[in-house]
Amino acid sequence: MTCDLCSKNEATVHLSEVINDQTRELHLCEQCAREKAAEAAGLFSTSGEQLLGGGLAELLGSLTDLGKLAAGTPGAALSCPQCGLTYEDFRKSGRLGCGKCYEAFHRVLAPLLKRIHGSTQHSGRTPPAQKAKPAQLQDELAQLKEQLKAAVAAESFEEAVRLRDRIRALEAKPRKTASFPRKRESG
Amino acid sequence: MTLEELVQQTGEWLRGTGPSADIVISSRIRLARNVEGMPFPQWGARPQRAEVKKRVAEAVAECRFLKGSLVLEMKGLAEVDRLLLVERHLISREHAAGADEKAVVVGDREIVALMVNEEDHLRLQVLQSGFNLQEAWDVLAQVSDELEQKLPYSFLPEWGYLTACPTNVGTGMRCSCMVHLPCLVMTKQINRVLHAITRLGLTARGLYGEGTEASGNFFQLSNQVTLGVSEEDILDNLQRLIRQVVEQEEAARKALVNQSREALEDRIWRAYGTLKSAHLITSEETVNLLSLVRLGVDLALIPGVDRGLLNRLFIQIQPAHLQRMEGKALTPAQRDARRAKLLRDSL
Repeated sequence: MTCDLCSKNEATVHLSEVINDQTRELHLCEQCAREKAAEAAGLFSTSGEQLLGGGLAELLGSLTDLGKLAAGTPGAALSCPQCGLTYEDFRKSGRLGCGKCYEAFHRVLAPLLKRIHGSTQHSGRTPPAQKAKPAQLQDELAQLKEQLKAAVAAESFEEAVRLRDRIRALEAKPRKTASFPRKRESG
Repeated sequence: MTLEELVQQTGEWLRGTGPSADIVISSRIRLARNVEGMPFPQWGARPQRAEVKKRVAEAVAECRFLKGSLVLEMKGLAEVDRLLLVERHLISREHAAGADEKAVVVGDREIVALMVNEEDHLRLQVLQSGFNLQEAWDVLAQVSDELEQKLPYSFLPEWGYLTACPTNVGTGMRCSCMVHLPCLVMTKQINRVLHAITRLGLTARGLYGEGTEASGNFFQLSNQVTLGVSEEDILDNLQRLIRQVVEQEEAARKALVNQSREALEDRIWRAYGTLKSAHLITSEETVNLLSLVRLGVDLALIPGVDRGLLNRLFIQIQPAHLQRMEGKALTPAQRDARRAKLLRDSL
């Protein structure tokens, strides 16, 4: 098996990660593994905070470079047009600057979110303002279903899963409203 | 509600009643939200944080469920009061430090609490006594929905509610239960159990002490993943796993009572005795002894002690609470004495 990063050497370091029953694997040759480990160790904070605190976020920030990104510097030139956060800022703090950053850094965030959550499609509630009008919704659903068919036919299963989740989220029934708990007896 | 009233009262979540309240002390759900078009608190400038704070205050004032709630500027609070709020589990330690443009809203009986400008613009939480995640969610969802009418939240259809840290994006929901597992610790099964649930999507953190060295046998179990799952999925998964942990603790308790009842009783009564007689006692020792007494109450070995009282004591023995009680700053030695007095008077 060849190294996922350099595609040259034999992979001897095998990393696997399990989140919510989903396994992700990375295979590296000794050289690439050593380089990345040194880089990650330099960024890892020792704040001793809880598991998903800043330290791990920084480490994950550096791990995004391990993914295969497009030719050229892997996101180094990226910055947010709204708040000015640069990719370097994000890697240092593990925090984004504003909502727009998510679009500006989409390319590097997608693999990162996949690593953290094992998913890249929101399946929870949506703000009322976001809910499309019924006709619009039907159009979008129809379009998504077409795309899903095409993705399955082309065997792009990851894309198919993403589309399936999006369809599910749109088709989800509205949550039932419950009443506020009654005042309890004092004492 | 005023600050004084808050200090004197006991939060609803400490009642000590509710489903499985012997093992599950409390259930908590937290939502992270940000206001559209404004930079996140730690990256933005001060005037922007002030703007967010103003808009949140306006939304809160019109929110039905938060009527009569206490709105506090962190800047205006004495340090002891800020620490008190941390000890009450109403704000995080980070929120108590560096008061610049930070606020907290505390609802009736401390059920709902809202941090403004912590890591995200809004951190909404609901705390319930016992194993009560569903009710907590029902309340929290309504508060969040109401606020959402006035405050457009930062959101993308692909990635859900946007948060400062990518680990919270999507539902922005962190559900947790505080559980008391003395017998799993005593029978040395705790690491196995915690390890197993970690592989199934939960994180486990000791509430007192460092890392896995949890004194007091209290643990906070919460979900890890927030994106790609619905809120109901997160709740269901956590409920299922917590139920299993509860069953394991119950089994361990039965086994210990069957196999070494006398040794167990001896430990429990010695703990009770020490708490009732000590004149100087550290919080570490107190937490460990109170844990045993709590077990004793659960097993009906110690009559006449109310679980709610024990829950309150866990909160009141902490440094800021003691100093507030005394009305002045105390050295660690003075706190040890004050703590011992509180225990002697209460038990």
